[in-house]
Amino acid sequence: MDVLATVRDGLDTFPKLVRHDAQRFPRKVAIREKEYGIWQSYTWSDYLAQVRRIALGLASLGLARGNKTAIIGDNRPQLYWAVAATQALGGVPVPLYQDAIEKELAYIVDHAEARFAVVEDQEQVDKLLHIKEQCPHLEFIIYEDPRGLRAYTEPFLVSLERLQELGATFARDNPTYFEDEVAKGTADDIAIICYTSGTTGTPKGAMLSHRNLILTAGNAIAAEGFRRDEEVLAYLPMAWVGDHFFSYAQSIVAGFSVNCPESAATVLPDLREIGPTCFFAPPRIWENLLTNVMIRIEDAAWPKRKLVQFFLDLAQDSERRRLGRQPVALWRRLLYPLGRLLVYGPLRDNLGMRRIRIAYTAGEAIGPEIFVFFRSLGINVKQLYGMTEASALISIHKDGDVRLDTVGTPLPGVEIRISQEGEVLYRSPGVFHGYYKNSEATQQVIREGWIHSGDAGFLDRDGHLKIIDRAKDVSRLADGTIFAPKYLENKLKFSPYVREAVCTGQARPYVAALINIDLAAVGNWAERRGIAYTSYTDLSQKPEVYDLIHEEVVRVNRSLQADDVLRGAQIRKFLILHKELDPDDEEITRTRKVRRGYIAQKYAALIDALYSDHGHVPIEAKVTYEDGRTGTVRADLRIREAAR
Amino acid sequence: MSATDGTGPLLEVEGVSVRFGALLALSRVSLAVGHGEILAIIGPNGAGKTTLLNVISGFYHPYEGRIRFAGRDRTHLKPYDVAGLGIARTFQNVALFKGMTVLDNIMTGRIIKARGNLLLEALYWGPAMSQELRHRAFVERIIDFLEIEAIRKTPAGRLPYGLQKRVELGRALAAEPELLLLDEPMAGMNVEEKEDMCRFILDVNDEFDTTIVLVEHDMSVVMDISDRVVVLDYGRKITEGPPSEVRTDQTVIDAYLGVPHAS
Repeated sequence: MDVLATVRDGLDTFPKLVRHDAQRFPRKVAIREKEYGIWQSYTWSDYLAQVRRIALGLASLGLARGNKTAIIGDNRPQLYWAVAATQALGGVPVPLYQDAIEKELAYIVDHAEARFAVVEDQEQVDKLLHIKEQCPHLEFIIYEDPRGLRAYTEPFLVSLERLQELGATFARDNPTYFEDEVAKGTADDIAIICYTSGTTGTPKGAMLSHRNLILTAGNAIAAEGFRRDEEVLAYLPMAWVGDHFFSYAQSIVAGFSVNCPESAATVLPDLREIGPTCFFAPPRIWENLLTNVMIRIEDAAWPKRKLVQFFLDLAQDSERRRLGRQPVALWRRLLYPLGRLLVYGPLRDNLGMRRIRIAYTAGEAIGPEIFVFFRSLGINVKQLYGMTEASALISIHKDGDVRLDTVGTPLPGVEIRISQEGEVLYRSPGVFHGYYKNSEATQQVIREGWIHSGDAGFLDRDGHLKIIDRAKDVSRLADGTIFAPKYLENKLKFSPYVREAVCTGQARPYVAALINIDLAAVGNWAERRGIAYTSYTDLSQKPEVYDLIHEEVVRVNRSLQADDVLRGAQIRKFLILHKELDPDDEEITRTRKVRRGYIAQKYAALIDALYSDHGHVPIEAKVTYEDGRTGTVRADLRIREAAR
Repeated sequence: MSATDGTGPLLEVEGVSVRFGALLALSRVSLAVGHGEILAIIGPNGAGKTTLLNVISGFYHPYEGRIRFAGRDRTHLKPYDVAGLGIARTFQNVALFKGMTVLDNIMTGRIIKARGNLLLEALYWGPAMSQELRHRAFVERIIDFLEIEAIRKTPAGRLPYGLQKRVELGRALAAEPELLLLDEPMAGMNVEEKEDMCRFILDVNDEFDTTIVLVEHDMSVVMDISDRVVVLDYGRKITEGPPSEVRTDQTVIDAYLGVPHAS
């Protein structure tokens, strides 16, 4: 599909493209939602009809061009329609993280000057009602699920059903309103404002135009061959540019089907039922999948376990050789089909990944072991490098040119350059129109036409981009040894027992690590050994658990031995944290990136203790519950020295 | 399903007494529950709360007094017939089929609604099939309502206690009751589970217009969700009224603090 031509031919906004899809293939399924135990399907003509009704409803409440609509909730067809409906009227949708606490919501809703909010359910309505006073621009709250809201009498609360009725009435008096407003849209209108969670400071709203997203989607289709018969699962937060790009922009441009799971807790079974052909997941999801697989293998009977382990090792060895451009031994190649029959095929089927043609990991660097594991099963996982500011995509692994340690080559239309300081710079048709109401931040990022990514990296001989770490995180130990914290943390996180890790060492004599255990995996491990525990904190401080984690640290150190540059940065001491790092406590972002600065400050006492001679350190920490209340947790944490 | 005009009380208990041998478990207890009301029955241990629920649901029969439901006398009906009239209940100790899935457990709540024909059901054909589909659709609404989609296919016995309680509520709802009797719905739950359960009870009342009578020990729960409270002590009703009044009632305070009874 020639997307440039499309934009020239006047199909230059998403509402126009939705209308086009409804003409091209009216009966093809556009979006599904599992509700009441059944996958309910909506075709492209349903999609258009729903967008039209919601848009007219919003128009009847007075949504004018340039107005913002906050969109908050799990991935629901109705919310994607609300995005398109807002765009159809020349408004700007602003998706927000559904698990954001009131303070975060208030900041963004107020900063974006949202006049409307379309939300999923009572939970979100309650949050908005609490913060409405702080958001003077917010006039109407529209909710999809009326449950529990019957007794609410606020006049500005409107059910989606009621909104659509209002739209129908409005349409009788203004029969051509929707079409007229859609026709007024242009390619350079702002299509969406995505607030980036940001590992530092307050969120910034990146403005992306229809042209940005349509051209980027078109380039991705050209490079990756997305077809209209793809099935994708929409399960990542709508506020994340990755979901907006794949489940909305790409789906509308290519015409493929998006599937919304029943609830956050049913994503894995729903994944299996849908059997997507494309799958997009941040490293965290791949890690979780791997952990689940590992736990189940350990629980299996001895002969099964040995068989599975043998074939998994075989496949991983072969895959590692293939990625390293080395020959694979004949006996391995001969045994692989048997492994596919006995292990890889059933496992893929079990994961719901039998039909996957293309899978991506993005958002953060993935542990090489995790990457190899999934590829070795025959799942075409590829790395992708992108940012909100680039309409999600910058570089991607081409099929047949996948490397372990790179994030691929630039997407068509994207130019990449490395600055003197080693920072990755890029420019592309997807480059955003700046941060909403924050020209200072915009100027910091766009300089002389290039976007400064903030990532340290380089282009290798074959034009592949390699990302080392966040530019500001790569640092040196006191003796000058190079130390890349994320690299170590990813290695630690390959262990199913380690959920999160934070390594410190800048200007210190050695590297130390704060480690979060994975409650499911370590809990299961402890149960099988008859180790009793009462809580996460209790489990984390068991000497046996320290021994377990110690082994993992030793494994990481051993693998560093092979690396000439990073050999000096082995982990000397570690402790296991008494609580999980949590976005509600601002320790990690909603996309689960570690906020180093904040952690260094909050856990300064722990970090100092890691560089002292103490064997343990007492801690008292504030925790924020899901409803925003706070409490304190007390514990005495052990410090363990790693064997060398 | 009821023959009421909707103005009179849904349930009337008039001067009901229950005796177990020499023990007078309930002594001339009277109360009325209006349509759409949430009524809480409270009282110290052994006050006769569960006995009262058992009388209403037909497990026990009073030796004196009458029970009227939806305007008709039904003092001596059997539990099965009581269920047919539109009264469903949950139990103090969870009573689920442990080996059956959550879905099947809730489906059993639909039995009361089923018009059986063994042959057609065995063949899964014709009216039996469409009936099954109708029931399944209704059960799915309940699963969605109680937010238990993720455990639809999990055997009930493998679930944590709080979730089992929720499934039991789902099974009671499957009978589309007009009156729902809940025997200590929050017992043994942690704070978060209690909050969830409170929300579900209020939502059931709101969404399905179900009248609810609940026995509960947790006073904060009772005060939060009930429209009216009836206080029992040693088988007698000592007071009733809105939560705010009952909370400050001297006889209630005495009953809970254990002032010696002059009986």
